[in-house]
Amino acid sequence: MDVLGRYRNLIVLVTVLFAQVLGLAVQVKRTSDSEPTRLIRVWAVGAVTPFEEGLHWLQTSTSGIWHNYLYLRGVRAENRDLKQQLQQMRLEQVRVSQDAEQAHRLQALLEFKEQFISQTMAAQVIGWSGSEQSRSIYIDKGAREGIKPDMAVITKDGIVGKVLQVFGSNPLERSVSQVLLINDQTSGVGAILDQARLQGILRGTPSGDVVLEKVMSDETVPVGETVLTSGGDGIFPKGLPVGKVTKVSAGSELFLNIRVRPAANLNRLEEVLVVTKIDERQAEPEQAGPMRAVDILAERLPTVPPKQDASTPGADKTTAGGAGAVTPNAAVPNVGAASGGAASPGVPITGTPQAAVPGGGVASGTVPSAATAVVKKASASAPSSAASGIGSTAAAATTRPATAVTKPATKPVQSTVTPKPQPASQDTPQ
Amino acid sequence: MAITYTSGEQVEVYRFSLPATILIPLAAIFLQAWLPLRFPILKIFDLPLLVVIGFATARRNPLAGLFTGGLIGILQDALTHQPIGLYGISKTVVGFGASSLGIKVDVENPGARFLLTILFYVVHEIVFFIIARGLVGLRMEWSWPHEIGSGVANAVLGIAVYALLDRVKQRT
Repeated sequence: MDVLGRYRNLIVLVTVLFAQVLGLAVQVKRTSDSEPTRLIRVWAVGAVTPFEEGLHWLQTSTSGIWHNYLYLRGVRAENRDLKQQLQQMRLEQVRVSQDAEQAHRLQALLEFKEQFISQTMAAQVIGWSGSEQSRSIYIDKGAREGIKPDMAVITKDGIVGKVLQVFGSNPLERSVSQVLLINDQTSGVGAILDQARLQGILRGTPSGDVVLEKVMSDETVPVGETVLTSGGDGIFPKGLPVGKVTKVSAGSELFLNIRVRPAANLNRLEEVLVVTKIDERQAEPEQAGPMRAVDILAERLPTVPPKQDASTPGADKTTAGGAGAVTPNAAVPNVGAASGGAASPGVPITGTPQAAVPGGGVASGTVPSAATAVVKKASASAPSSAASGIGSTAAAATTRPATAVTKPATKPVQSTVTPKPQPASQDTPQ
Repeated sequence: MAITYTSGEQVEVYRFSLPATILIPLAAIFLQAWLPLRFPILKIFDLPLLVVIGFATARRNPLAGLFTGGLIGILQDALTHQPIGLYGISKTVVGFGASSLGIKVDVENPGARFLLTILFYVVHEIVFFIIARGLVGLRMEWSWPHEIGSGVANAVLGIAVYALLDRVKQRT
């Protein structure tokens, strides 16, 4: 008994440590995603988050009063700059929307399934885990708002992490969620290099850096390249910005060690978006009728300016039905109409593409496919029909696909062609 | 006044009121989880550890020290996504060690507190490293300059924290 009394403190210490080690070992063995949240975590989160939410509210309120009512210096100049920026963005949007439309059609041709974020929920960051070994944050939205584990969390700059634990299913619990950041060492994100198209796994390091792993060392990865999500992890939709490559060095086991600077500032997160719904659907062409890759590429060929000759019916801009300022697909019928004179300008033509070409004047062929057919046949052999058709009066209304490719056979027409570097967005009437 | 005698010297033993015993650790954990969001540089500080050392050296009771350390550590673990017990074990050891050392040496002056905090910060990190790497299997990096630097930073803050704790501690 004397020994027990003498070493009482030490015995208690060993006992407490042993119990904790035992508990730790049990947790390590049992760790799984389906494991329910431990009560101690619920208590700790319940004890800390109300204060965090309160302080956050106080901070945003005072900050809002200051910035929205008191400190308005430079707002007028900023407003003017933003308006100018808006104008530039609108112009840019026109160009980008054309490219997007084209990409959309190509995706449809290749039967791509596209993923897109259809619903997000804004959430405020209210707390941090308090440990450098656990890079996770707490947000003020939880089970009661429909947040579920493994939902992607992003900002406007890039991805942030994924929802790890959700609290609030019990009415007594605070409705908050824990988000695992992408720079935590237990996190993993499927990523792809934007230009090199090399896929890898994005992981955090113990020091809080982000590295792209599993890229073979014989590949070339330039510093500064953008890293995007690959969609392979089933959490983040494809194509979201992740960051930029800052350092490339030889790693272990034939893989490169690629250091990435996250696009989102993970050290200063205030508001994030939780992706609550991702839709996946087959890409569908927005344009009616069959389209082929060659048709789409044909749209980018040079165009013909509108003929101002009033004697030619249907040559004016509004009624040409494709002559002048027309879409390439709509213009093709005019080739047929001009050569054979069977169809009037502006009248849609249907039929088989093959039938349209040899005769040149036969009003046939589905619009887009006819263009392809004309391209093929005219450039190959049919000089008589092509020449007869395109050399006539209405040939001035010949369109980009036909005129551009039938160059050898139709020299007179060539003179009327005005090549434009990027005509699609300007020529197509919206 | 309860006095503990060690090596012929009189060492005073203090206690903390129940609200202080509950609220101070909670406040430390709350600040640890909230402040670095606004000031990321503050991540190097371990406020709950400073509270554990402060309580342990004031109470000078190894059992009270180990239980206080264990509870604060487990609460800190609960806010992370790691298994519960990593900080619990580390702070149990620190609580026990600090209170045991508090009996032997004078920990009232700032110089002793400064050195004591560096020592126990490093001990805490070593225990955490061993447990995290050996038992949980986390990838850990050890850097002496970083640990010593963080220890010094925590010791500087610790002097202020202990001064605040001195105001609420009560003689037994």
